[in-house]
Amino acid sequence: MKGYAKYFGKKLVWVLITLIFAFLLNFILPRMMPGDPVAVITQRATQGMTSASAVRSVYEQYQELFGTNKPLLTQFVLYIKNLAHGDFGISFSQYPRPVGEVLKSSLWWTLVLQLPAIIIGWLIGNILGALAAYLKGGYDKALMPLSIFASGMPAFGMAVILLVIFGVKLNWFPTSGGYGFDMIPNFSWAFIWSVIVHYMLPFWSIVLIIIGGQAIGMRSMSIYELNADYVKYSRFMGIKDSKIIRYVFRNAMLPQITGLALAIGTMVGGALVAEIIFSYPGLGYTLLNGIMGQDYPLISATTLIITVMVLTATFAIEILYGFIDPRIKAAQSD
Amino acid sequence: MKHTLQQVFHSPKFVVGFAIFMFILLAVIVYPLFVRAEPLAIIAQGTFFEPGIYVNVYDAIGSPPYILHLDDAAAKRIAGKLGDQERQDMKEWLLADGIPENEIDITNTEQLMDQWVNNYDRTKQVPGMTYAKQRYYQRLDASLEGILATEGVTIAAQNPATGALEETGTVAQSDYANISQVPNVRLLLLGTDNFGRDVLTELISATGTSLLIGLVAGLIATTIGLILGLMAGYMGGVVDDVVMFFTNIFTVIPTFVLLILISYSIGQEKRGAVTIAVVIGFTSWVWTARAVRAQVISLRNRDHVSLSKLSGHPIALIIFTDILPYIASYVIMALILQISSAILAEAGLSILGLGPKTTEVPTLGLMMNWAMIYQAHILGKWWAYFPVIITIAMVSFSLNLMNTGLDQVYNPALRE
Repeated sequence: MKGYAKYFGKKLVWVLITLIFAFLLNFILPRMMPGDPVAVITQRATQGMTSASAVRSVYEQYQELFGTNKPLLTQFVLYIKNLAHGDFGISFSQYPRPVGEVLKSSLWWTLVLQLPAIIIGWLIGNILGALAAYLKGGYDKALMPLSIFASGMPAFGMAVILLVIFGVKLNWFPTSGGYGFDMIPNFSWAFIWSVIVHYMLPFWSIVLIIIGGQAIGMRSMSIYELNADYVKYSRFMGIKDSKIIRYVFRNAMLPQITGLALAIGTMVGGALVAEIIFSYPGLGYTLLNGIMGQDYPLISATTLIITVMVLTATFAIEILYGFIDPRIKAAQSD
Repeated sequence: MKHTLQQVFHSPKFVVGFAIFMFILLAVIVYPLFVRAEPLAIIAQGTFFEPGIYVNVYDAIGSPPYILHLDDAAAKRIAGKLGDQERQDMKEWLLADGIPENEIDITNTEQLMDQWVNNYDRTKQVPGMTYAKQRYYQRLDASLEGILATEGVTIAAQNPATGALEETGTVAQSDYANISQVPNVRLLLLGTDNFGRDVLTELISATGTSLLIGLVAGLIATTIGLILGLMAGYMGGVVDDVVMFFTNIFTVIPTFVLLILISYSIGQEKRGAVTIAVVIGFTSWVWTARAVRAQVISLRNRDHVSLSKLSGHPIALIIFTDILPYIASYVIMALILQISSAILAEAGLSILGLGPKTTEVPTLGLMMNWAMIYQAHILGKWWAYFPVIITIAMVSFSLNLMNTGLDQVYNPALRE
């Protein structure tokens, strides 16, 4: 158990260091933007006002409110304070709502959409890839180019194609939103059904893309393992094929798990754009609104949440990996 | 070198990928030589014109007429205005008007038109019919006027002095114009987009820009990754620790988030295509650095490198002659992957509204962004978005295919 503690401790330290870096980047980068975001929202708020001094005082009031007139260090303290409160400051574009409130609901939509999609896509992809390596022949020849094509396809491209075929042409599924636009979220069957129906297209567009990439990786890994000496030796020993296969795929699976930990950030990025195509009320759509509304508290909070999500997922996978791969424990207890 | 190339071109995957990529590249280079139109010039008044050959009507009337007697001309002319849907709609109206169903035969054009002309009244209110539907019937009625006529039409011009119309000629129903004699014919193979621009010309130019973005970003990322990887791997010690510290951090922070933050911080005004490429390049070197470092570490203690060291060769020479050739194939594969993921990254950024500024050059991502904003996918204007998706997918498919082919050549374990 001591070996594990060391392994997890090391991983945890890395997560924390990365998190601090992410905080800093999130704070600094948007503030390097040329132009004055407060001027933009003042302009919006003072439309029709003619008196320059009135505009001036509104501007100053906003500056005071958002803290943009203070030195960077004070702003940083303010940023940390807002973070600790969990409200991330006040949104520019949806003033006076706090950013935390804007993000609260969209975070759940994204989590419920992307987490299952990535896991299921990863599972199906690995099974298909392993089958391709094992069966070879026609199945492999058909699956490989398809997988390469799917993994090269941008997530939004797949989203648009599914949307046009199943949403517009066949009219099986609705084309936008997270639930019927005429509904109020509640726990009735009608609402849940509406959510499920709206879920289908975004979900499958993410799953299909992930299947492609994972199938390619798993196929290569399985071919490596199938050609390994221990497989040949086991065959000489007359061990049953089904038993060998189990070892082979367990070994091939390990790099795939690390691969998932490293690729999850990219996957989430692609999936966020797919959300936008479907106007799904998740973080991707919120991010788009933030960008359109020049709302940097919203943007920086969204990117921070995405980073934290990805970091947590990576950490979780690494913990899991530590338990699955016996070599980790062996290496640490030396 | 020659042998390696031969081997590479024996891999069917590489050859197919290479052929697709070359086809796209050739199209980008050759097309502008023939069509010298500005890719962003607005030529159409209105949005989303369908793909097709656009013949100038004025010129067609003015070009020499040829008389052709074709049997099915009249039938086609009627079918063009009176399709199955229109016949159904007419039947619906007539039924609502009180004409018994067994008297209406929608396959008998003459009888149907007769009933329509005798019964349709544009002012009549049919109970339960929406206003839009009423307007539709009014338009249908107007378009059907003279559909069964067999005479030609008279062309008249206005006399500038008196303002009266004077007959200048007639066009008979059997008159044809030879399309090669009509001076103004424009082929819009992919129609026009939401701003009224020729989609094909725009697409070719956008593909060129996107490939350029991919290349610039890929080269930057690969160069940074290669240098850092070499330094960390070969020098080891403190350099290795520092490089690995940053590499570890940037592997976990999602690149996409960094891209969004940086692109946003640059501001709309300063975001050109090359700027975006540089930003993508500077955020995606991590993978190459990691991989190069791992390779260099395994090479560092090989005999031939030790021999070079003992012979007192300078570090630069050792790196160029004893290390780089061994990792060259790997670096090229990494470069190809970087190019394809940079093209995808640009597209993703553009959809978010963080792509290159929109006034200078089109990119594949921007075209997609415009099509999405104007809801081309909902409106069924496939030519505005589908070719763009296919182009992006084909570019990255061909690059990935080349990469898989190379992998099989250089990686004996993967050979079939």
